[in-house]
Amino acid sequence: MKKLLVALATTAAVLGVVSAASAQEKAKVCFVYVGSKTDGGWTQAHDIGRQQVEKELGDKVETQFLENVPEGPDAERAIERLARSGCGLIFTTSFGFMDATIKIAQKFPDVKFEHATGYKTAPNVATYNSRFYEGRYIQGQIAAKMSQKGLAGYIASFPIPEVVMGINSFVIGARSVNPDFKIKVVWANTWFDPGKEADAAKALIDQGVDILTQHTDTTAPMQVAAERGIKAFGQASDMIAAGPQTQLTAIVDTWGAYYVKRTQAFLDGKWESTSSWDGLKDGILTMAPYTNMPDDVKAMAEATEAKIKSGELKPFTGPLNKQDGSPWLKEGETADDGTLLGMNFYVEGVDDKLPQ
Amino acid sequence: MGIVEAILLSVITAATPLVLAAAGELVAERSGVLNLGVEGMMIMGAVSAFAATQITGSPYIGVLAGIGAGVLFALLFGFLTLTLVANQVATGLALTLLGLGVSGMLGEGFLGMQGIKLQPITIPLLSQVPFLGPLLFRQDAIFYLSIAVVAGIHWFLFRSRAGLKLRAVGDSHASAHALGVDVVRTRYLAVLFGGACAGLAGAQLSLVYTPQWVENMSAGRGWIALALVVFASWRPWRVVAGGYLFGAVSISQLHAQAFGIGIPSQFLSSLPYLATIIVLILISHNRRMTLINTPASLGKPFVPDR
Repeated sequence: MKKLLVALATTAAVLGVVSAASAQEKAKVCFVYVGSKTDGGWTQAHDIGRQQVEKELGDKVETQFLENVPEGPDAERAIERLARSGCGLIFTTSFGFMDATIKIAQKFPDVKFEHATGYKTAPNVATYNSRFYEGRYIQGQIAAKMSQKGLAGYIASFPIPEVVMGINSFVIGARSVNPDFKIKVVWANTWFDPGKEADAAKALIDQGVDILTQHTDTTAPMQVAAERGIKAFGQASDMIAAGPQTQLTAIVDTWGAYYVKRTQAFLDGKWESTSSWDGLKDGILTMAPYTNMPDDVKAMAEATEAKIKSGELKPFTGPLNKQDGSPWLKEGETADDGTLLGMNFYVEGVDDKLPQ
Repeated sequence: MGIVEAILLSVITAATPLVLAAAGELVAERSGVLNLGVEGMMIMGAVSAFAATQITGSPYIGVLAGIGAGVLFALLFGFLTLTLVANQVATGLALTLLGLGVSGMLGEGFLGMQGIKLQPITIPLLSQVPFLGPLLFRQDAIFYLSIAVVAGIHWFLFRSRAGLKLRAVGDSHASAHALGVDVVRTRYLAVLFGGACAGLAGAQLSLVYTPQWVENMSAGRGWIALALVVFASWRPWRVVAGGYLFGAVSISQLHAQAFGIGIPSQFLSSLPYLATIIVLILISHNRRMTLINTPASLGKPFVPDR
């Protein structure tokens, strides 16, 4: 039993709190991660943001993080532990931490909280999100140019608005180039399972898609695409290492600027509860270099990116039909943020039944 | 290549690690030891195989390293539960947690590296057989090993004297001890064999299935293997049947989704579990046979009287 305790203690130390610095007088900014900080995707992108805070404001703040925190009741304990240990500003970086964040925020009115991708706020809880769908629109356009068959495969995680929004934006982008473009969707029902993601990629390729995109966290689909000799898009981080001849571009999450801005506001005593939803123009997401494509496709992608940044182009602009062909947006009409954040239907061109 | 062949190829890749890990655990359980650390041994196998392959450039050395890591972790488990007689369930769980943590630490330097795939070995003549040839005889060494291991286990358990002793230890360690069988030694060997198989299964993940290292990449496959052993009522070939059925339904449901069949994906995703449970219940409906196959001393600690 004693040995068992030693084993458990070792594990706890491996998984436990890692303190980056220990000066007492500095303000403490803390992060809660759902995955491992080296996952190569979502959580790693947040950790790079944290490191930027250390680098730019390291003389005034110290940072601390908890990784591999499961969504659900455990999250409450983790957040409360950080709040008790003197964190002044806490970023909770997964959708599933929403209710836990709100609950602990009520207990600690003097601590400021920031919750990623959620929709519940409080006087001391702000939310922040990124318009990933802007990048997906560009990917859709590239896919339509690069696909010989006019058919792309999409590996999706869970049918939440965030993911549905991405699928729709990809299709709208593709159809702006090729009105007959179609996509096949496979739901992996997981964010993270390299084997299953690879299986999904193989299934899609076996059924004839010649472009692959994913909304799951590992580079396994990129690897399969490389092996089968088709092109693919990366997700959350630049995945070019997994497919040097395969990746067309990737949506790269760059939270650092936001984290620095909010930490600065906190230090200045000017922190307020806000709901921020920034996009390409704010630099909260960037596109990995456009590679493995002809110059004219690259030029088109760059032009689209510039138009989205200037506000001239908004992906969800009519005329657009829903999947069954019924009209959704009229000519020139743009979907509002509320509709996007609650999106639970497909647009025309998706060859899949949306799981409800 | 037809769509059926394509599906079957994916099924073989998906089922091999489950079959291997479950077969190893089956031997350990037949000797009366319940090792819930399969997931931990598997992930240690995955990280060690990947690291050794990167360092030496040879995936075969990687395979050996994977097996070695599984054995090492199994040895730790054996020491705690057999020598120190710690609780098997708690120790197994701790082994899984420890494996996930330690593998993450060891693997940090290997993240994002381009993997080296274990290449298939084409067997002359047999690989020319239409349809089956390319499927079964152009596979990697780990697949061939997985079938050989199961055949070997079947022969060992039911045709050899040592296997009979091992089953006796699992059914009643007190009687086996009284007959002069070294219970602890038998169990050590069974546990180490289980570790070797789990490590090999891990090596398959990081060298064949998805040739890369990411933390936690076994993603619960160790637990599925554990369940397979119980559902297969501790019969080696049923482990193969269960593993391949699970793989077949997992892959088919992805194809069904890509085909646009219109059944909710959450239901399709649960199908592999449902199908495996139903089929294995059907084939083990004979309660008497099931009881005969269940190791009666499973999970019970043994302290020899001196």
